[in-house]
Amino acid sequence: MAKQSNVAAAPAGGAPTFGQVARETIRFFLSELKPKGKMLTPFNIITGGIILAGLVMIVIRFAFGLSSVSNLSQNYPWGIWIGFDVVTGVAFAGGAYVLCFVVHILKIKKFEPIVRVTVLNGFLAYVFYAGALLLDLGRPWNVINPIIGNAFGLSSVLFLVAWHFLLYMICEFLEFSPVVAEWLNWPKARRILMGLSTGAVIFGITLSTLHQSGLGALFLLAPSKIHPLWYSHNIPVMFFVSSVFAGLSMVMIESFFTQKAFKDRIGHELHAAHDSILLGLGKGAVGALFAYIFIKLIDFVHYKLWVHLATPMGYWYLFELVGFVLLPTALFLKAIWDRNPRLVQFTAFLTAAGVILNRLNVSVIAFKWYETVRYYPSWMEIWVTLAIISMELWVFRWVINRMPVFGEEHEVVEEKTAEDLEVITWKA
Amino acid sequence: MTISRRNFLKVAGAAGGVLLSGGNRPAHAVTAPQTSEGGVEFNGMLIDTTKCIGCRACEEACNEANNLPKPKVSFSTESVFEQKRDTTPEVFTVVNRFPNEKKPDQPIFVRKECMHCNQPACASACLCRAMEKTKEAAVIYHKDRCMGCRYCMIACPFDIPKFQYDSPTPYVWKCIFCNERQQRGEQPACSEACPTGATLFGKKRDLLEIARTRVYGEQDRYVQHIYGEHEVGGTGWLFLLGAPAEKLGLKTNLGTTPYPELTAGFLYGVPLVFVLWPSLLIGLNYLIKDTKESDKKEATHGEAE
Repeated sequence: MAKQSNVAAAPAGGAPTFGQVARETIRFFLSELKPKGKMLTPFNIITGGIILAGLVMIVIRFAFGLSSVSNLSQNYPWGIWIGFDVVTGVAFAGGAYVLCFVVHILKIKKFEPIVRVTVLNGFLAYVFYAGALLLDLGRPWNVINPIIGNAFGLSSVLFLVAWHFLLYMICEFLEFSPVVAEWLNWPKARRILMGLSTGAVIFGITLSTLHQSGLGALFLLAPSKIHPLWYSHNIPVMFFVSSVFAGLSMVMIESFFTQKAFKDRIGHELHAAHDSILLGLGKGAVGALFAYIFIKLIDFVHYKLWVHLATPMGYWYLFELVGFVLLPTALFLKAIWDRNPRLVQFTAFLTAAGVILNRLNVSVIAFKWYETVRYYPSWMEIWVTLAIISMELWVFRWVINRMPVFGEEHEVVEEKTAEDLEVITWKA
Repeated sequence: MTISRRNFLKVAGAAGGVLLSGGNRPAHAVTAPQTSEGGVEFNGMLIDTTKCIGCRACEEACNEANNLPKPKVSFSTESVFEQKRDTTPEVFTVVNRFPNEKKPDQPIFVRKECMHCNQPACASACLCRAMEKTKEAAVIYHKDRCMGCRYCMIACPFDIPKFQYDSPTPYVWKCIFCNERQQRGEQPACSEACPTGATLFGKKRDLLEIARTRVYGEQDRYVQHIYGEHEVGGTGWLFLLGAPAEKLGLKTNLGTTPYPELTAGFLYGVPLVFVLWPSLLIGLNYLIKDTKESDKKEATHGEAE
């Protein structure tokens, strides 16, 4: 198989020694670590500044405690680092398990060109947003206690969520690892990793079901603190269902930006199919939205929620539900009816805003709504959140610019050759 | 019309239990356990708000017993009652003053500290068992296990655990029912220091009998409600009230379901999903692979013809 190698080719004749391979590999890594393209773009300057200042704040936080950068208090133990970074960030990472289900289990080939980028996105979201949890933990060095220690809090939903985060990150890395193997030009490793991927996908979907809903189940323990319009026994189910449309919306939003930012990295296949993929994603999202509306309706009747509607919190609830759940549903339907991918993409932004609103409502805004002194995030909490998003974007860009994430030509060619080979051997 | 208190509570408890449990579980209200799982009798504390004189001897004793930093104003300063105080990482118990509508010259003093629930929300929330219920009833804190996630604070219906936000190596602090003293066979520092018997230590079963006797015997003096008897499935500390709970800063919207049961249903579902999802997904995977392959074969067959 003649193929251009990323790693400089081994000297012709005779197997390369281990030392040579190691040296070449290190050289390859070093060359890949270098940034590609112009350094001083507006994007780089702005996000770079945010990251640098954010790092300073993180140092301050670890030197002087959480109160030095955050507005957290005895009354509000969880702020936006949990409510936005973790609870919302993980919902947006839901696209990975949904698409893996559609492509690897249902074998709908149409969405194949975007699976890799979605899995990458999901993986990075977990690394960075679940990683942001470490900033919020008072004693982050003890984070391994429930994993290795003799202290298994089996009755805790958080125990489940912690384990699932860890296992799911491994699953997503396995799902993505064939891309890494292609980048490193390790065909053997790639074949082994591809063999693992069905298992990783199945395990990953199971884990996602449980920890997406588990994030919601965390709040089941606060019935007297969360406003009745948001507290429900169905929070876990609602978190799970909304993670489907949250994830799909994020896939559409991500494609909106990558189509512009990484034009040269996107293969013909994806380019040609993009509009049809968007419409398909919109259909998936609208299905999940309908399920979500239905659960909301059940709650509305079961908990007699109408008695709360004519209050400030009631208006806020209606704002969330009408503006960011019902309206997106209607817009998605119209967009699918008109076959209008631009409207699908716009609606994805609206849907994502609704998910942010919902997650923040459950975890922060409707939490202890009755207190006179309310929590609002400090500017440094917001800044650090932006820094984490910026870091994720940098790593995302680094990977996109180096690894065959968008299903490029040579990968397809390679697959064909492998198939051809099989056919040839079978015929012979 | 007369409704006996006990019947009323049964009905109210059952209604509350049904409401909170979504109607699929029996009410627990009338059967709050008085013993731990091993059959050890729970210890408890009976706080009689009508006997408390606001001397804050309990606060002082608590401060000393737990080696907490001395407060800026002495324990005999009465001006602290002008504001409602809360516990902090350095103060595990506080006495607050509330107006007495029946006898305006005799304000009611109410202590606030950990209630040591029979089935504590904090302990069920903790993912590394840093919060733990001992068999004698104390809810204690293993600080070496804690990772500082503060989920216990989210979960606690009484907002008791307090976190050291100003420390780079913070812990969560709260009353631990003087667990070490109890292990030595002594009573907690606060009840020992109480000069009026307003804080009474004993076996919870006995305390509940005392509480009932007082409430039945002196109906003018007490509100007909033993706070903590049924709240969140029963608490280790019981309060006799000189005024309705809501007028004494006590939460009245907590229901009677033990908090761990709020998440138990979800957690029971976890192993089910772990068994069902992979089997369904593997099945679906093979089914669709098979269908696609036979479709392909048919297609090629058709072409050949």
